Amino acid sequence: MKTRKLSELAKTIRSKNAGVNLITFDIIFAERSTYEQVKRSRVLTRETVSELYRVAPDRIADFVEFDPANAIKFTIYRSRPSGSPGDPDIFGAQQYAPLLDIEVPVE
Amino acid sequence: MRSLRIICPNGHLGFAPIRVESFRMGVEARPDVIAADSGSDDVGPIPLGTDTSTSPRAWQAHDLEHMLLASRSLRVPMIIGSSGDTGANSRVDLYVGIIRELAQKHRLPPFKLGYFYSQIPKEELRRRMRAGETVAGLEGYDDLTEAELDATERIVAMAGVHPFIKLLEAGADVIIGGRSSDSCVFAAPAIHHGFPEDLSYYLGKVLECASFCAEPYGGKETVLGEITSDAVVVTAMHPDQRCTVASVAGHAMYERSNPYFEHVAGGTLDMSHCRYEQVDARSTRITGPQFQRAPEFRVKLEGAGRIGERYVGMVGIRDPYTIAHVDQVIAWARDKVRERFGPEDKGGYGLYYNVYGRDGVMGEREPMRDRPAHELCILVQGVAPTAEMAEEICMIGTRQMFYARLPEVKGSAGSVAFALDEVLRASPSYRWTVNHTLRCDDPLELFPTHLTAAGIDGSAR
Repeated sequence: MKTRKLSELAKTIRSKNAGVNLITFDIIFAERSTYEQVKRSRVLTRETVSELYRVAPDRIADFVEFDPANAIKFTIYRSRPSGSPGDPDIFGAQQYAPLLDIEVPVE
Repeated sequence: MRSLRIICPNGHLGFAPIRVESFRMGVEARPDVIAADSGSDDVGPIPLGTDTSTSPRAWQAHDLEHMLLASRSLRVPMIIGSSGDTGANSRVDLYVGIIRELAQKHRLPPFKLGYFYSQIPKEELRRRMRAGETVAGLEGYDDLTEAELDATERIVAMAGVHPFIKLLEAGADVIIGGRSSDSCVFAAPAIHHGFPEDLSYYLGKVLECASFCAEPYGGKETVLGEITSDAVVVTAMHPDQRCTVASVAGHAMYERSNPYFEHVAGGTLDMSHCRYEQVDARSTRITGPQFQRAPEFRVKLEGAGRIGERYVGMVGIRDPYTIAHVDQVIAWARDKVRERFGPEDKGGYGLYYNVYGRDGVMGEREPMRDRPAHELCILVQGVAPTAEMAEEICMIGTRQMFYARLPEVKGSAGSVAFALDEVLRASPSYRWTVNHTLRCDDPLELFPTHLTAAGIDGSAR
């Protein structure tokens, strides 16, 4: 089956703090049809992101398919609160990179 | 009043200067209120802990100056929330002082300057805890204990609309707020003018980050929100930006774990039934948000606790063999610190390594950590009760990497490269100790308000 990278399909792929102990990820699509296609492909689910980010499923605080914005959104607990010594990303702004190369099956 | 129009020039006033051109266009649209939030817990616990701001005073004064001059020339209220990043008392006093200075500098006619504080003294919180109040943990935090309270340096409470409304009722022309929920800075004037809470809180939600609700991406540009009795319309002021259904709906997701709900003191904004509709090229109309008042009035608290003084060091590695064995290099240096100060937990210190080029940005979450780059930079941090100890820990933890003994390394004259053969003092290390909520009987009890006069009266000219 042919695949395309998520970075070619999504308009926005970003991460950011949602409070001091959570990082939230937004994957936003310009077209409804692309959004629906990625949803159907099941490449982004609680299970797949838990594996990709090496976090236990119970460390995923939220997973939402947000139709009004053609977006898939999930939120993980940090391993320690933002800004604790050794935390390399106080704003949580550079945690999205592994999502870019996810291969999405396309018809 | 059939509608109320508010402009927001900056999602985090003072953090990066407002873009003046789109702000001027916003002012030319003759808004009824000019408002911005100046705070964020994104900046980490250090500013709250050390009672500082993250940005130079000049940047804060720049934004306040533009807003104050526009507010006074249009004769409409100016409202600022979460002054100086943290909204601590010293930051409120700083902003009140800047407003007074600017009023003198520009010889502004008299106006009423209102402000409120948000800091809660540790002993006051302890008294409430001992009286049986549960300070309930958020986002995985346990309920607050007295031990964690003891470890805390400073605590601010997150205001809702209430102190802003009280000051508007008292006739304030300029309001400088302590720590507050971003959305409440904008919801307050709308509620004050009798618009429904459902739409008022949504107006605040959509405006709080300024142009982050517009596309294409471009921060610090002004947006205008208009509320009527049945809708909110948001419009981008920059000629090249548009508020579209996608950009506005997308903004509901920003910086929150769930895109449908926004919690503030006193209730929750539910956006699950929002309808979005493009009304012109640059504007989107929103209907259907709902605000549910909470059965119990709970206020969010934020507190930072000091861990210790901190030094940082940096090294580079280019030898592929050493890169493959970098964990052994770090272990060697850790061991030398342990020989001098004992184990980290017993020695009361912390030693941290971020290995850039391998997993420096993502740590244990990095899926590619088994494929390091051809060169690495390692950031070393030593944290200890005193500066002297932190410096020595960081120095051993950095310099001993040079002497690490790897069995088959070809280069035997030094395992790492130094760009600086020194360690540098950094800000003390803090952590978020308080991320909790507290029940209150009165929405205003943690937020004392004050109203004073500012500007130059006729006799002084």
